Amino acid sequence: MMRRLAGFARHAWSVVSRPSVYFSLGFLVVGGFIAGIVFWGAFNTALEATNTEVFCTSCHEMHDNVFQELKATIHYTNRSGVRATCPDCHVPHNWTDKIARKMQASKEVWGKIFGSINTRDKFLAKRRELAEHEWARLKANNSLECRNCHNFESMDFTRQSERAQAQHSTALARGEKTCIDCHKGIAHRLPEMGRVAER
Amino acid sequence: MKRFLLAWGLCIATGAALAQSGAAPSGALGGGLRGPTPLDVETRPPLLPKPVNDDQRKPRAYPAQPPVIPHQTDNYQIDLRFNKCMSCHGRDRVGESQAPMVSVTHYLDREGNMRQEISPRRYFCTQCHVPQTEVRVPVKNEFTDFYKVPAESAKPAAKGARK
Repeated sequence: MMRRLAGFARHAWSVVSRPSVYFSLGFLVVGGFIAGIVFWGAFNTALEATNTEVFCTSCHEMHDNVFQELKATIHYTNRSGVRATCPDCHVPHNWTDKIARKMQASKEVWGKIFGSINTRDKFLAKRRELAEHEWARLKANNSLECRNCHNFESMDFTRQSERAQAQHSTALARGEKTCIDCHKGIAHRLPEMGRVAER
Repeated sequence: MKRFLLAWGLCIATGAALAQSGAAPSGALGGGLRGPTPLDVETRPPLLPKPVNDDQRKPRAYPAQPPVIPHQTDNYQIDLRFNKCMSCHGRDRVGESQAPMVSVTHYLDREGNMRQEISPRRYFCTQCHVPQTEVRVPVKNEFTDFYKVPAESAKPAAKGARK
């Protein structure tokens, strides 16, 4: 078996390493170019398909727990109807970061297959850990996913409540704090927090 | 027992019949929340009132009144796992938030022991403390503050109490 496999590999290499006999250089270049475009288009389409709320909530783990919680919040329902979907907050918009996050997400496929949070109780038991991952990510990138929509430069403090003004014009403006420091649990219910609760 | 029940049933039946025959037209029921809408028609609910969000502490109407909340509390999580209010009003948080700390009485359990954390019987803030809205009340409130009661009308009652 191993010998036959090695033989096949050697044969394949000898074909690939020699110049083409039957196809012109132009055909190979143009054909390769077109094939590349098709491949890239397909790849990107597939990637974007996994970046939709429909895809995220197609698993009952997401649909029955976190998505239901989101529905009551301002990020799902509000006066003007502008809203954030799952990937707006949970997947970086920048391409390299997005690919890095998507590779990390293969762990989530593993979790889905082996049912690591396939019941409500399992989810609640693991919720703190899952939440900590998201807090750590947002803390590390200075709440980038929040800032994709909530631009600090465009914030009009005079339109904010006094409390919000006080916080945003000091700690946030000086960069001592970032969005997630105060706005944990903005879109989902919080886990058992202990003393972090108040942080 | 049976006879008592029968008599009771008769009473209710006659009462209902009387009420039906003497029913006033629905418009005559007075304003109230329904206004002039007939009983068999649904009213159009009023717009949701605007929440008060000015962070100005309101005076208490009487000494033991739970202070009202002068800010919005939409979607504040107060459950088994987390109490959002305590992330500003907790003892160790007021320095940063400059919010008033919850009263020390909230740290006493029912045996009178002072606890580290807020007592479970005082945990659900919105059972007593409520946010306010800007709304025109359909029924006027005639409550008078103790301090605003005229001295003459307060005196006889005080004398009577002493006797």
